[in-house]
Amino acid sequence: MTEITHYSQVWSYRTTRGRLLLWGGWLALVALFVWCWQIMTERTIWAFVYDAPRQAADIGGRMVPPRWSYLNELWVPLWDTLNMATLGTLGGVIMAVPVAFLAARNTTPSALFLRPVALFIIVASRSINSLIWALLLVAIIGPGLLAGIVAIALRSIGFIGKLLYEAIEETDASQIEAIEATGASGAQVLSYGIVPQIMPAFWGITVFRWDINIRESAILGLVGAGGIGLKLEASLNTLAWSQVSVILLLILATVVLSEWVSARVRHAII
Amino acid sequence: MLFLEGLTKTYKTGDAALRDVSLTVPKGQIMGLIGPSGAGKSTLIRCINRLVEPSGGKVLLGDVDLVGLGKADLRRQRRRIGMIFQEYALVERLTVMENVLSGRLGYVPFWRSFLRKYPPADIQRAYQLLDRVGLMEQADKRADALSGGQRQRVGIARALAQDPELLLVDEPTASLDPKTSRQIMRLLTEICAERGLPAIVNIHDVPLAQQFMQRIVGLRAGRVVFDGTPEQLTHEALTAIYGAEDWNEMRRGDEEQTRAEADARDRMAALAR
Repeated sequence: MTEITHYSQVWSYRTTRGRLLLWGGWLALVALFVWCWQIMTERTIWAFVYDAPRQAADIGGRMVPPRWSYLNELWVPLWDTLNMATLGTLGGVIMAVPVAFLAARNTTPSALFLRPVALFIIVASRSINSLIWALLLVAIIGPGLLAGIVAIALRSIGFIGKLLYEAIEETDASQIEAIEATGASGAQVLSYGIVPQIMPAFWGITVFRWDINIRESAILGLVGAGGIGLKLEASLNTLAWSQVSVILLLILATVVLSEWVSARVRHAII
Repeated sequence: MLFLEGLTKTYKTGDAALRDVSLTVPKGQIMGLIGPSGAGKSTLIRCINRLVEPSGGKVLLGDVDLVGLGKADLRRQRRRIGMIFQEYALVERLTVMENVLSGRLGYVPFWRSFLRKYPPADIQRAYQLLDRVGLMEQADKRADALSGGQRQRVGIARALAQDPELLLVDEPTASLDPKTSRQIMRLLTEICAERGLPAIVNIHDVPLAQQFMQRIVGLRAGRVVFDGTPEQLTHEALTAIYGAEDWNEMRRGDEEQTRAEADARDRMAALAR
């Protein structure tokens, strides 16, 4: 081997400036944390905090044993909750699909006008929590399941719309080009070139959102939108802790089940 | 019969991909288009069916000028032009049959294509084409379950399902091994000969072009710099297209590789016996 003389042995991943900035950044983060901690502890009433373990143990004690007979009163609200989640997801999907096609750069009919409108719909839907949607809707259309369904649907538009339009933008352009080259019409290009490519994403997103919606619809009753949340609120208000624990366990079981179903479905289609 | 007259394409970035290209492709002729990467081969064939919008010139297929047609008229004219792609460009998640039938999209109304209710004549023709390319057994398999060579056969069947008057073929063998490449090129040339179908074939592989093409056009920086028979494609001609390189040496290398492949095949056959 020949002697290497004119190549440097020094190489560093970051420049000196980059290293300093990095350290500065971490320092600022630590400072921020300390500052936040001070503000947080300033307003805390410590007597309550010291008391917390005793309180938790007290409530925990009242929760056990769960009053299992209460389950019989829960099946109908649980069914309502599941329906709320499912119908809400369905409504969300129906509204989200056109929005997604309008928002995707490669399918939007007008990038100048319709695309920003579609993106705004998505952002607006996503920026408001479904609990807030439900609060508004209970005030508008009155308490009950319908308000819950509409709240779930409105919140789902943004989630499904965003993920779906990203899937549309990631489609393989050459497959679409090939369909265009056959002389296919716009609608045919959509149904042969694009739809088959986004089908797995579509089902995956829908089932994932349904799974999330079951969890969300379980608490919507807290603001009067029906379902099992209504029972939870009633039990909390009457300090019936042994009923609260039954409800929480039931919600847990439902969520585990729905998560299992959604995992299976997603596994099957991908 | 296809006439290109003064075809020009300048991209928005200011790159001139095609400069004043004029060509005539008579009925039944298979024309190979060679040239270095970026010479405008892809742009040229995409300007013909206007997947890329030409900036100027004429594209006459029969007596229709495709440049300047409205959307609906363009769709009707695209049915007359079959296209075969480099990476097959099949709709991967549809079945082989759906892919072949998609060649009929320009002829059937939307509801028929959406419900997969194609006219019986179209279905019969699709089966006939699948049989011709040797994929009768695979009709109901999904396209992504096939090998590269099989996929390209589906691509050929889809293009033929259009009953085209012209085939545009973009690097049909770039993703295939040498043996499959030759099989696909043979199939293409046979089919064109059977139907008297003219074809423009973009091709990287010069020996393959010389073996299968009746006429070769060399493109360099968007201009036609060679137009002749494969025999006329001399050292000087190749240098004019690709720039200086020892072409005879490369051809010898190619022959050597062919000999080596044949030798390896014989030995494998001997082992198998």
